[in-house]
Amino acid sequence: MAQSKTASGRRVTLLVATRKGLWQLHADPARRAWRITGPQFLGHIVHHCVADPRSPATILAAARTGHLGPTVFRSTDRGRTWHEAKKPPAFGERSDRVVDHTFWLTPGHTSQPGVWYAGTSPQGLFRSEDGGATWRGVEGFNEHPQRKAWCGDDKDGTPDGPKLHSVIVDPREPSHMYIAMSSGGVFESADAGAHWTPINRGVRADFLPDPNVEFGHDPHCVRLHPALPDRLYQQNHCGIYRLDRPAREWQEIGTTMPKSVGSIGFPVVLHPRDPDTLWVFPMDGGSVWPRVSPGGKPAVYRSVNAGKSWQRQATGLPKAQAWYTVKRQAMSVDASTPTGVYFGTTSGEVWASRDEGRTWKRAAAHLPQIYSVEVA
Amino acid sequence: MRVRIPGPLRSYTSEAAVVSADGTTLAQVLDDLDRQFPGMRFRVIDEHGGIRRHIRFFVDASSVPDIQADISGGSELMIVCALSGG
Repeated sequence: MAQSKTASGRRVTLLVATRKGLWQLHADPARRAWRITGPQFLGHIVHHCVADPRSPATILAAARTGHLGPTVFRSTDRGRTWHEAKKPPAFGERSDRVVDHTFWLTPGHTSQPGVWYAGTSPQGLFRSEDGGATWRGVEGFNEHPQRKAWCGDDKDGTPDGPKLHSVIVDPREPSHMYIAMSSGGVFESADAGAHWTPINRGVRADFLPDPNVEFGHDPHCVRLHPALPDRLYQQNHCGIYRLDRPAREWQEIGTTMPKSVGSIGFPVVLHPRDPDTLWVFPMDGGSVWPRVSPGGKPAVYRSVNAGKSWQRQATGLPKAQAWYTVKRQAMSVDASTPTGVYFGTTSGEVWASRDEGRTWKRAAAHLPQIYSVEVA
Repeated sequence: MRVRIPGPLRSYTSEAAVVSADGTTLAQVLDDLDRQFPGMRFRVIDEHGGIRRHIRFFVDASSVPDIQADISGGSELMIVCALSGG
């Protein structure tokens, strides 16, 4: 039987954050059947819900409602009970900006238990040192004199507002970080966020007058490979890219995707052990950017050679008239062997593969619009 | 002062629809509410003291324009979650 437990030794659980609350999907030992629990925070817009790999009973959820302002909820018992942050992410007095919602949550380095990072809309970076109870702005970014030039204004963001996402902490060195912004591009810090440098060379920004600008790009999702931390992958508004440090120029790897499918999408997820294997979920980026499965035929695409070539993986997925949209946090992998791959759609379905994308089975349906799917 | 709590905020008040809070200005009353019900203020007031987009405050029948307004002449503060659904 295929292994079916996470790195923590527990069965796979998916945290499914939606526009109307939070659900959990619990796998059986073989990851063939799924049991759903919830909702929690019914009616809340839950943008991201993430378990702490350093302390798996700890889960953070970023939430707001249509009326009420943004906050962060914390659980230390795997989501049975929740407590609200005493001081949620909020800009400081020197800022003229207001946090509309916390969009992204990232646990800190393994050597820094209790440290978390949050990315917000509009673009702000926040840090907690007490497991998410209180948050302070990372002033090296939030108050950076170039921040406004990097981020633009409300017109330079997603339909739901400009966002800071893909907060990445180098597993070798906690002060080495990356962030990404839609829009703004990818930025790097070598000193725990005190200073930031754009790192976007090689990435096109076709929507700007000069597509080769230093910043102003629209990275949709950036991931660093945990087993090869010098390698990053990026699903961008303008294609799929790979960066192998210490190089500073991204290599476009989406050009080998079928022309009829294209290389536009939101998420990218990486194999937990093989740095050459990654998955994307292509969406129609033509005409007025429909952002649905091309032709109504959803498929995951996998590369096992770092983007040199791609294989379509659609066995079990609907063959026609399925116009899926998968948001950037709504795709994930587990640590099992073979790796499980999961995605959630804006039409409220969760799809699961227990064999690295070869076959797919629907694990849940009829949920609200799914914002994130994370493995707990 | 009596404070009428809308449904979306009653998780903070153990489902109480009416509570009491002290203060001369709206800011002071909200500070007292936040002392009694930690976290409530930030859900309705942003980090710069602005009233959030879908939140309204009424003292008796009059709308309160900002948090520095003197509301000491009123008897009841009503927090309203304006229409924002779907």
